[in-house]
Amino acid sequence: MKPNKVFHASLITIVMIYLFIPLVATFLYSISTDWYRTILPEGYTLSWYKELFTDPRFLDAMQRTLFVCFLAICISVTVMVPTIFIVTVYFSRWERTLQGLVMLPYAIPGVVAAVGLIKLYSSGPIVLSGSIWILIGAYFVIVLPYMYQGIRNSMRTIDAIKLVEAAELLGASRMQAFWKVIFPNILTGIIVSTLLSFSTLFGEFVLANLLVGGHYETMQIYLIRRMSESGHLTSAIVVTYFILLFALSGIVMRLGKSSSKEGSR
Amino acid sequence: MLSLLPFAFLVLCFELLPLLVMVLESFRGDGGVGWGLEQYTKALTSKYYLQGLSNSFFISLCASAVGIVVALFAAYSITRFSQRMRDFLLMLSNMTSNFSGVPLAFAYIIILGSNGLFTLLFKQLGWTTLASIDLFSWFGLVCVYVYFQIPLAILLLYPTYYGIHQQWRESAALLGASTVQFWRYIGLPVILPGVVGTFSILFANAMGAYATAYALVGGNYNLIAIRIGSLVAGDVAARPELAGALAVILAITMVTAMLINEWMMRRVRRELG
Repeated sequence: MKPNKVFHASLITIVMIYLFIPLVATFLYSISTDWYRTILPEGYTLSWYKELFTDPRFLDAMQRTLFVCFLAICISVTVMVPTIFIVTVYFSRWERTLQGLVMLPYAIPGVVAAVGLIKLYSSGPIVLSGSIWILIGAYFVIVLPYMYQGIRNSMRTIDAIKLVEAAELLGASRMQAFWKVIFPNILTGIIVSTLLSFSTLFGEFVLANLLVGGHYETMQIYLIRRMSESGHLTSAIVVTYFILLFALSGIVMRLGKSSSKEGSR
Repeated sequence: MLSLLPFAFLVLCFELLPLLVMVLESFRGDGGVGWGLEQYTKALTSKYYLQGLSNSFFISLCASAVGIVVALFAAYSITRFSQRMRDFLLMLSNMTSNFSGVPLAFAYIIILGSNGLFTLLFKQLGWTTLASIDLFSWFGLVCVYVYFQIPLAILLLYPTYYGIHQQWRESAALLGASTVQFWRYIGLPVILPGVVGTFSILFANAMGAYATAYALVGGNYNLIAIRIGSLVAGDVAARPELAGALAVILAITMVTAMLINEWMMRRVRRELG
């Protein structure tokens, strides 16, 4: 047993070191003064972060990303929660169709999705190409699987169909059954889906670049444009982006854990 | 009923119609004139696009193979730790699985680019072969792709190991089976569908990857995803018909991979159930 333990521990340590080298290197790079002659940085500084956070271009790009993600997710939540609720409770024979529609984006990579979107909206009756609306529409589609999984699972956990039946037996209207009984119970699921969708969209590059790249500089586009200019500044962007992402996934994990505990009770 | 309209509208406008337009477009002649298989013939006979397809295919194949082999051992090792440690290791894998696309490409330029930290280190140590790794080549792309495959493969493969019950190992050991025999005749057959399924997801993931490659090599390296991107929004004149045909070919490869996964997962579930 003993040598086995040592083997597993060392294997995992090596894999984890491998996985963390790029992260650690980027972090060190973002706080170093000069680092191209020596093995370790020549000195440490926070000036890259100072430069970054006073750069109006960065703040604008951040704002744009947050705006687009926020809008796409708001639309998604307002549309998907009632849709999933109605299909689950009242039209269960359409469940397979809904599932097929929302899972399809999983199999369609961004470049493929972009081809049709560009063609469809660059000429003809509705011209959206280059505007943020085409991006928001595309983002709505990207987050469909995340939204569906999270919300559908929490409805299944609370047994939404039975709850609604009980509420209606007791004289509640459909609206009341939804708002007073179902909604408070699936709120955690909605929040988890929202945050997961947010972290996916936050790092989205392909569609942003192909659909609106020239006109609308989001974080990822700002990042790739800065890459050729200053490595240190770019690492500061990457680190900032990651801290945000880790914070988000931390919250998701915590919420996910507490909701699954509630479910098993 | 009426409340389902917004969903139907959005899905139609941004998911179904664009896909339909893309497929229709792929059957048109250049400039949208006439109908036919012209674009597919072009895509599948032109040396240039065939090379893009085969580059994507082999890079994805290699990166997924390395990823799955590493994950096969790593995921098993994780199952050998205490509950707290397992959660912690899975959290770390989850964290690093977010590291892909443009930020990942950038990190690799820092560590393995021509002035990268490891390149410097290898030079000082005199390891010239390692120091001369060209990040912007076939091999370099595989290295970067492997990085985002490993955490994903660990997360997908980890649950599969719980299909192997502790009692089986004890019974096998009691009946005189060695560890090698146990894995050969019991362990591997049980996890095999899960492994194949995970592999197909990794493969699809790598085939569709655009951001990482774009950030690393721009339009310079011939990959199918990059070709599609530059045909619809590149500096050269847009050719949506050809882009459509290439996109359909890429989508078919990916959907096939996903279907294999679906089919394999059903087998796993049946065996576990």
